[in-house]
Amino acid sequence: MELNAITIGFVVFTIFTLGGGIGVVTTRNLFQGTIWLMVSLFGVAGYFVLLSAPFLAAVQVLVYIGAIAILITFAVMLTRSVTRIKERYIRILPSFIVSLALFLILLFGVTVPIFSGHLPESAPEYVASTRDLGAALVDENGYVVPFLLASVLLTAAMIGAIFIARDESA
Amino acid sequence: MDELCTGLCSVLVEAGADAGLAQFLSLLVGVLLVSGVPLITVILLIWIERKVAARIQDRIGPNRVGPVGLLQTIADMIKLLSKEDITPAAADRVLYNAAPLVSFASVVLIWAVIPFTPFHYGVDLEIGALYFVAIASFGALAIMVAGWASNNKYALLGAFRVVSLLVSYEVPLVFALLLPVLLAGSMSLLDIVNAQTGMWFVALSPLAFVIFYISSQAETGRAPFDLIEAESELVAGFNIEYSGMKFGMFFAAEFLHVFTNGILMALLFFGGWMGPLYYESPLIAFAWLGAKGGLIYFTTLWLRNTVPRLRIDQIMAFNWKFLVPLSIANVILISLALKIMQELGWAPRDLMGASFGQMLPTTFILLVINGFMILYLLGMMRKRGREARRESQIAQASLAQAAAD
Repeated sequence: MELNAITIGFVVFTIFTLGGGIGVVTTRNLFQGTIWLMVSLFGVAGYFVLLSAPFLAAVQVLVYIGAIAILITFAVMLTRSVTRIKERYIRILPSFIVSLALFLILLFGVTVPIFSGHLPESAPEYVASTRDLGAALVDENGYVVPFLLASVLLTAAMIGAIFIARDESA
Repeated sequence: MDELCTGLCSVLVEAGADAGLAQFLSLLVGVLLVSGVPLITVILLIWIERKVAARIQDRIGPNRVGPVGLLQTIADMIKLLSKEDITPAAADRVLYNAAPLVSFASVVLIWAVIPFTPFHYGVDLEIGALYFVAIASFGALAIMVAGWASNNKYALLGAFRVVSLLVSYEVPLVFALLLPVLLAGSMSLLDIVNAQTGMWFVALSPLAFVIFYISSQAETGRAPFDLIEAESELVAGFNIEYSGMKFGMFFAAEFLHVFTNGILMALLFFGGWMGPLYYESPLIAFAWLGAKGGLIYFTTLWLRNTVPRLRIDQIMAFNWKFLVPLSIANVILISLALKIMQELGWAPRDLMGASFGQMLPTTFILLVINGFMILYLLGMMRKRGREARRESQIAQASLAQAAAD
C-alpha cells in the first residue's frame, strides 16, 4: 500500500469510525455514548471526503452531527439515569446473529466484485460535481422517484410528529 | 502535482528542496496564515467591541493600557492565562476540557473557505456555503457538551436554552443562505462573489439579507437574542463553571463569530471584495472586503448595545412563526421569478460575468417582489400589533373592573 495523504487520511478516519463505534457500545455513560457516536459519524464524513463526495460529507456532518446527534443528546437528558448505568444488555445471541449476518453481507458485497473482476465504475464518472448530483435527483432517468418518495415519507413523518406532540386541548 | 505547486512551493523546489516536502511546507504556511488571521484579529476585536459598547453607553472604555487602551486585551489575556485552571470535581474531565476547544475551532474552521481576495483563500470548496453551515453546527454541540460536562444545573439549563435557540435559528439562516447560492448557481464562496460582478445580491433580495442578519445575530447569541449569558436569569449560562483561559476561549469564539458573520454577509450579499479599483491590486480588494465586513460588524455591535433581551418564548415564536415561513416564501418566490425571467430572456442565464446593464431588469423585478412582500408583512404586523393591544386593553379593563368590585 502506498503511503500518501489519502492512505493516512483513511487510517485516521478508520480510527475515528471504529474507535467511536467501540466507544458507543462500551461506555457506561449515555451522554459520552452520544459523543462517541458523533466521533464515529465524523469519521464516516471523512470517508466521503476521501471518496471525493464533499457534498455528502458536509451533509453527513450537518444532518447527523448537527441535527440528529443533538436530538439524541436532548433525548438522553430526559432518560432516568444518564451516567453509571448498571444494567447489562442480555440479548447477546440475537445481536450476535444480526451483526454477524450484516458483517458477512458487507464482506461478500465488497470481496466478491473484487475477486470476480466486476468492479463497479467509480462514482466521479457520473456524479462529478454537486451540480450533477442535483441534476440526477430530478432527472427522470435518475433518481426522481426515490427522491419524491423520500420527500413524501419525510413530510408524513413530520405531520405525524406534529400530530403526536400537539396539545389535545389547543 | 505541478499545478498544485505554485508560489512558495515552486520557490522552494528551485532552491533544491524535495517536491513533496516543498508542497507540504507551503501548505503548512498557508494553513498557519489562514488560521492565524482570525486568532490575531480576535485580540483587536475585543478592544473594538468594548470601545464601541462604551461609546454607545456614554463611557470612554478601556484607555489605560497602551495608546487608547489598545493593549488592554493583551493584559486581560495574560490575566486569564495566569488564573487558576479549575475543573469541578464532579465534572466529566475530558468533555469539560474539550468543549472550549470545539467551540473555538467551530469558528476558526469557517475561515478556511473565506476568500480574502480573488486570489487569496484557504480552499475554494465546491460546497463552501454548506461547509459553513456544517461547521457552525459544531458550535451548538460544544455548548451542549460544556453545559452537561460541568455537572451544574444552571449550566445545563443554560445549555438547553442556547441549543434550542441555535438549532431553531439555523433554519432561517440556511434558507437565507440558499438565496445567494441559487442566484450564483454555485455553493463556492468564490463563485458567489464573482456572480455579483453585475449587481450585489442585497439589491436582488434585501429580505434574504435581513433574515440572514437577524438569524446570524441569534446564532452568535447577541442581544436581543442573548440567552447565552442572561446574567439575571441563569447566573452566567452554560459557561458558569469555566475559569481562566477556558472561559476566555468561549468568549474569543463568540467575538470572532460575530466578525466572521460580518465578513460572510459582505461576501454573500455585498459583493465581497468588489469595489472601485479592486482589480488593480489584491490589497485593495482585501481592503474593500474588510471595510464592508467591518461596517456590518459595527451595526451588529450597535444593535447589541441598543436593544433589550427578549423572552425565550418570544424568541421561539418570532423564529418559527415569522422568520421560517418568511424565509421559505422568499426563496420560493425569488427563484420562481428568476426562472420565469430567464425563460423569457429578461435575465441573464448565468449571473457569472453578467454586466450591470444586463442585471438591471432582473434587479428591478426581484426588488419589486421583495418590496410587495415587505409591504404585506408590515400590514400583517400592524394588524397583529393592534390585536395584541386590544387584547391587553380588554384584560386591563377587566382587571380594573375586578378591582373596583
